[in-house]
Amino acid sequence: MIDLLALCAFNAAYAETIDSDALERWPDFFTDDCHYRITHAENEREGLAAGIVFADSRAMLEDRIAALREANIYERQRYRHLLGIPLLGAQDEEGAEVRTPFMVARIMATGQTELFASGIYRDRVVRQDGGLRLRSRVAVCDSTVTDTLLALPL
Amino acid sequence: MQDTSTLQPVRWSGPGLTRIPYGVYRDAQLAAEEQARIFQGETWNYLCLEAELPEAGSYRTTFVGETPVVVVRDADGEVYAFENRCAHRGALIALEKSGRAENFQCVYHAWSYNRQGDLTGVAFEKGVKGQGGMPPGFCKEAHGPRKLRVASFCGLLFGSFGDEVPGIEEYLGEEICERIERVLHKPVEVIGRFTQALPNNWKLYVENVRDSYHASLLHLFFTTFELNRLSQKGGVIVDESGGNHVSYSMVDAQAEKDASYRDQGLRSDDANYRLKDPSLLAGFQEYGDGVTLQILSVFPGFVLQQIQNCLAVRQVLPRGVERTELNWTYLGYADDTPEQRQVRLKQSNLIGPAGFISMEDGAVGGFVQRGIAGAGALEAVVEMGGDGTASSEGRATEASVRGFWKAYRQHMGV
Repeated sequence: MIDLLALCAFNAAYAETIDSDALERWPDFFTDDCHYRITHAENEREGLAAGIVFADSRAMLEDRIAALREANIYERQRYRHLLGIPLLGAQDEEGAEVRTPFMVARIMATGQTELFASGIYRDRVVRQDGGLRLRSRVAVCDSTVTDTLLALPL
Repeated sequence: MQDTSTLQPVRWSGPGLTRIPYGVYRDAQLAAEEQARIFQGETWNYLCLEAELPEAGSYRTTFVGETPVVVVRDADGEVYAFENRCAHRGALIALEKSGRAENFQCVYHAWSYNRQGDLTGVAFEKGVKGQGGMPPGFCKEAHGPRKLRVASFCGLLFGSFGDEVPGIEEYLGEEICERIERVLHKPVEVIGRFTQALPNNWKLYVENVRDSYHASLLHLFFTTFELNRLSQKGGVIVDESGGNHVSYSMVDAQAEKDASYRDQGLRSDDANYRLKDPSLLAGFQEYGDGVTLQILSVFPGFVLQQIQNCLAVRQVLPRGVERTELNWTYLGYADDTPEQRQVRLKQSNLIGPAGFISMEDGAVGGFVQRGIAGAGALEAVVEMGGDGTASSEGRATEASVRGFWKAYRQHMGV
C-alpha cells in the first residue's frame, strides 16, 4: 500500500525542489523510463497526445534543465506550487494511480506575482529503492493558454 | 517633457522600409484601422484545417483579426464561414470552440441560422396571441452576419471579408504555394493545440517569424548542444507582395563529412553540453531535399512550420494593442507509423510555449513592447542586408521583415 502521508511528503518535496531553484534534483523524482508531459484539459479530452513539454526518459528531463541553465533565454522568474491532497486511485503491487490538484503562481523579476497555472497531476507512482518515484506525471492544466512562455517545469 | 507621441498619428519618415516608427506597436487608432484595412480588408486569413472539419456539420469558432468567425462544413461538402455575431443584438452565435451542428441558434433571443450563415428563424416573429412580433415587412434575407469568402489550399482554410482579394494561389504566389505543397502533400491530423498569450503587439510576433537574422543569435539551444552545423546552407524567399515568405536551411552533406567544423566550436569536447537523451532529435528524412527547417508565413498572420519532423501551423491574432494570441496546432500525417508519431511528439519539445528553440520568441516581443514605452516618435532600424525585399541565399538579412512592411503599407495606404 502507498500511504497518503508519504505521497503528501513526496509532493511537498517535489514542489520545494522546483520552487527553491534546485532544478538539478527535479529529475530524481522520476524513474529512468518515466513519462512526463505538460498539456491541458482540452487536449486530454480530445485524446491529443502532444505536450508543451514531452519526455519519455529521465535523461530528457535532465536535458531540459541543462537547456534552461545553459541555452534558453528567459527573464528571471520562480514559482510557488500549492499542491492539494492527493486522491489515491487504483493500487497494485508496484504502485498506485494518483491525482493531485496544483496551483502555481509565477513571480517575475519585475516583482509581479500572477496565477500562472492550475490543473491536476495525473500520476503513476511506484515504489523504488525504498522511496517513491514517478513513472508517469502528466500535468493537465485547466487553461488552454500559457502566458508568454513556460520555462520552469510544473 | 510630456511624451505626446501616442497622441499624434504615427508618422513614417519616408517611403522606405528600413525605418519603422515605434508608434505602430502602440497606437490604438492605428490598431483599429488595421482591423478594417488588413483583417477585414483584401487579405486571406487562416481559419482552420480541412482536417478539423471532417463531416457535414463540423464547425470551429475562430477569429479574423479580432472579429469572431464560425467556420462550418455543410451537407454539400463545402466549407462556409460567417461572422459569429447574431444579426439581432450582436451576441455570439456559437459559444463552443468546436462541435457538430445541424444549425445554429443564438442563445439570447433564439434567432437561428443555417450552416451557411443565413438567418432562417426569428423567435415569435408573428408575435404571441396576435401581440408583438416583427413588422410584416421584416425580411430575414436582408439580415444576417457578414459572410466570408472561403478558400482552401492543401488542406488549409482561409477566409476573407474582402471582395477584391485575388484567388488564394495568386495571393500566395508560386514559390510559396510550392513550399506549402512540399509539407502538406498528404493528409494531416491534429496531435495537439496550445495557445500562447504574448505580451506584445501582433506585428512584433509576425516580424519575429520573418526575421532570419535573429535565429542563431537569440536561440542558443542548437549551438549550445552543438546541434547546429556551422555549414548549414539556407535562404530566404520573399514573394512579390512582400507579405509572404519562406526561410529555410539544410545540412550541407559535404561539409557534414568534414569533421573540421567541430574545431570551430568553443565547447566541442565538453560532454556537459551534449544531450543525455539524443533521441529528442533522432528524426528521419521525409522530404528528400535535405531541408531540415522551413518557416513559411502568409500575410497577415499565418505560419506553417517544419523543423525536422516537427510540423505545426500557427495563427497570430491581435488581442488589443499590446496583447497577441498565438494559436499552435501541432500536426502529424494521417499515415504516420507509431514510431514516426513518437518522433514528432518528442521533437515538439522544440516548439510552442516551452519550446527549446521557440520559447524566447514568446518573450522577446514583450521586451520590445516594454523597451519602446517612451519612444513612440522614434524608429526601429531594419537595414540588415540592405533596403530591399529580394529573396537571397544568406540569412543574415531582414529582407522578409521589410517585405512585411511593404505589404503592410500597401494595405494600410500609408
